[in-house]
Amino acid sequence: MKAIVTVIGKDKTGIIAAVSGCLAELKVNIEDISQTIMQDYFMMLMMVESKAAGVVEIGEKMAALGAKIGVDIRVQHEGIFNAMHRI
Amino acid sequence: MLSKNEITETINMIKDQNLDVRTITLSLSLFDCITDDPTKTSRKVYEKIVRKAGKLVETGAALTAEYGIPIVNKRVAVTPVSLVGTASRGFFEIAQSMDRAAKTIGIDFIGGYSALVEKGATPQELEFLDTIPNALSATEKVCGSVNVASSHAGINMDAVARMGGIIKESARRTKDKDGIACAKLVVFCNAVGDNPFMAGAFCGVGEPDAALNVGVSGPGVVETAVRKYPNAPFSELAEIIKKTAFKITRAGQLIGTEAAKRLGVRFGIVDLSLAPTPKLGDSVAHILEAMGLSRVGTHGTTAALALLNDAVKKGGIMASSSVGGLSGAFIPVSEDAGMIDAARLGCLTIDKLEAMTCVCSVGLDMVAVPGDTPAPTISAIIADECAVGMVNHKTTAVRIIPVPGKTVGDTAQFGGLLGTAPVMALHPESAEEFIKRGGRIPAPLHSYRN
Repeated sequence: MKAIVTVIGKDKTGIIAAVSGCLAELKVNIEDISQTIMQDYFMMLMMVESKAAGVVEIGEKMAALGAKIGVDIRVQHEGIFNAMHRI
Repeated sequence: MLSKNEITETINMIKDQNLDVRTITLSLSLFDCITDDPTKTSRKVYEKIVRKAGKLVETGAALTAEYGIPIVNKRVAVTPVSLVGTASRGFFEIAQSMDRAAKTIGIDFIGGYSALVEKGATPQELEFLDTIPNALSATEKVCGSVNVASSHAGINMDAVARMGGIIKESARRTKDKDGIACAKLVVFCNAVGDNPFMAGAFCGVGEPDAALNVGVSGPGVVETAVRKYPNAPFSELAEIIKKTAFKITRAGQLIGTEAAKRLGVRFGIVDLSLAPTPKLGDSVAHILEAMGLSRVGTHGTTAALALLNDAVKKGGIMASSSVGGLSGAFIPVSEDAGMIDAARLGCLTIDKLEAMTCVCSVGLDMVAVPGDTPAPTISAIIADECAVGMVNHKTTAVRIIPVPGKTVGDTAQFGGLLGTAPVMALHPESAEEFIKRGGRIPAPLHSYRN
């Protein structure tokens, strides 16, 4: 299963480390990553693949991490993006 | 590979522009619940709804968690109760069972307290019609509809006359809540059996045992897209709306097929209607204003709506394997922030609304009128809408609330998605003698296509 992880929030040290660390614990592989800073706002998109953990489980762990480090993290099945942007 | 822009666009649509799936509605046949005993029939109705739709809410929640797109409503639509209850005459008992089942499984609404009497009514159906005010005021989640006209059969003016009184009585019985029972009752011309939207959803007689129908939403997404191009000519604007509608519909199609698969039922249709809510940034009226109208209801509104409605359908049709239901832009007055404002300012009148219903779905929807409006006037409004639907081969509907004790300038509060409605002025001249004639207005010449 592939999913898209989006992280948006005020920039600070250690966001990528925290997010990728948590994904590694869940045995989730990061296939692509893109990150920008826009007017002090940190924005990161990740395409990930998971064989063990489902989207909901990853989403719950990420939401908890997001609350802890003060950023908004969403995890969505890639199906919704493919449906909307590919014919 | 998805691009960064595509991912960001979807995220923004959901996060900032209120993109959601408005409803997943399980259409359920109750023909196998028919018995000649009211208690037994209503028990079977309860059991079937709970058995077949018991996992609907849980499935919706799981899909939202997985795909990150909200599903606002979970609903059930059943076979018209006038048919299910004919043998037992236990119409009201069935309504109670439906309400109880809806509460047990946690859905938002259940539709199908309905009758199809466009050409005539049986004695049992007449008996059923008279139970509507009681059924809709004594239950919470039950919605009803009555089809009184079609392009093929014409307009059953006896039923139209009767509905005026039924609407007045429904309002009277819920006078403490601004006549809310009327918000759960739709009078149709050309009703469709696969509509997922309330209050007019029911499971048509030609439908399978169970099917999952989806209603998409997204006026905010379309408004944002239109606002980005303030100087685009209409041909270009139509293209922009089509592309946006395509994306919205694909999201609905995905959720619908997944939900159907998980519930083990057939996937029915995607209804392409743009459905607004009273929330800011979720208004169909604001799309029309974004096209260049200073306020919805002014001259140009009908043309703007015609373009919007057509572009939404053209974009949506390619995005879905099966399109149905009402499929068009909704213009419910109380459920749309822009419509509420325009009605309050007097820019949007009942006559302009009627003109708008000629080019979109679905009709005079959630219109609050003075509580002392005579029943024949309400019937005459229904007759006008039926004429629009009958002649134009489209579904039209009237969901009108004569708000008890309120008059022009007052506001009716229905709460939640049903919203707030300024009481609108009607013509004071009488149509009583017209309605009194009864009988049937014949179908138009162009309905004889065979």
